[in-house]
Amino acid sequence: MSFITRGFTGRGRERDDRLPPGQTLVGDFPVLSAGPTPDIDTADWEFTIRTESGAQHSWNWDQLMALPIEDVTTDIHCVTHWSKLGTGWRGVALDTLFEGVDTDYAYTMAHSYGGYTTNVPLDDLLDGKAWIAFEFDGEPLDPEHGGPARLLVPHLYFWKSAKWVRGLVMMEDDEPGFWEQNGYHLRGDPWKEERYW
Amino acid sequence: MTGHVDGNAIAGPLADFFSFDVTMATGRCRACGTVAELARAMVYISGAGTVVRCSTCDHVLAVLVDTGERAWIDFGGVTAIEVRR
Ligand SMILES: [Zn+2]
Repeated sequence: MSFITRGFTGRGRERDDRLPPGQTLVGDFPVLSAGPTPDIDTADWEFTIRTESGAQHSWNWDQLMALPIEDVTTDIHCVTHWSKLGTGWRGVALDTLFEGVDTDYAYTMAHSYGGYTTNVPLDDLLDGKAWIAFEFDGEPLDPEHGGPARLLVPHLYFWKSAKWVRGLVMMEDDEPGFWEQNGYHLRGDPWKEERYW
Repeated sequence: MTGHVDGNAIAGPLADFFSFDVTMATGRCRACGTVAELARAMVYISGAGTVVRCSTCDHVLAVLVDTGERAWIDFGGVTAIEVRR
């Protein structure tokens, strides 16, 4: 396994302590797609949180843009062993979106345009840990990178940061999403190397 | 008359089954019912895994995840696969 040596930075022999175990630094941003890239016009875009009562909290693009927007600089870690440090995003915190949401459920299923799903515990979305991101590196998010908007949950492996996100459905129990049904870990903490079952 | 044997009994038949050329096999899409050669399916290869979609309705037919040491295969999107001998 060559990633052990590639994990060292060029400057010295110290491994960067921002790099979780088994990860390698990359400069670019590999694109991983499990289907055709959905073409979503922001005029048609909508994000919805659905709770156990059946209540639906929805935002269209203009309503999202009217919410407090945050600049986020964060490291991202892909389960396929690459990490990128200090990436710059803009988005709306999930804390903001959940302000008026009444739920007793502790888990969510993120749904995307195109049909992809991924499960994320609610605790991992709140307290400044997750955003609906629509800019990367100062530019509108490319469709290839999940635009117009993707979930950004950078403290978990990047497959949890669902591209083309269109909503969250509250769940009583933690149920596996698309990749989680096919070998990937239910939670995906890179510092614990929670890659697979 | 309810006797069964354990899973070891399928080792032979399954090894036999998977030894056929998969591209020659046909499958029936669980979503739209189309029966088509797997070679005609649309395959998306991402870093996380490989997703096989129905060329008629785009539904996911199969998912393959291969980490080198471990591999998963999900054929949940097909009702059956036919291999011809
Ligand atoms: Zn189909």
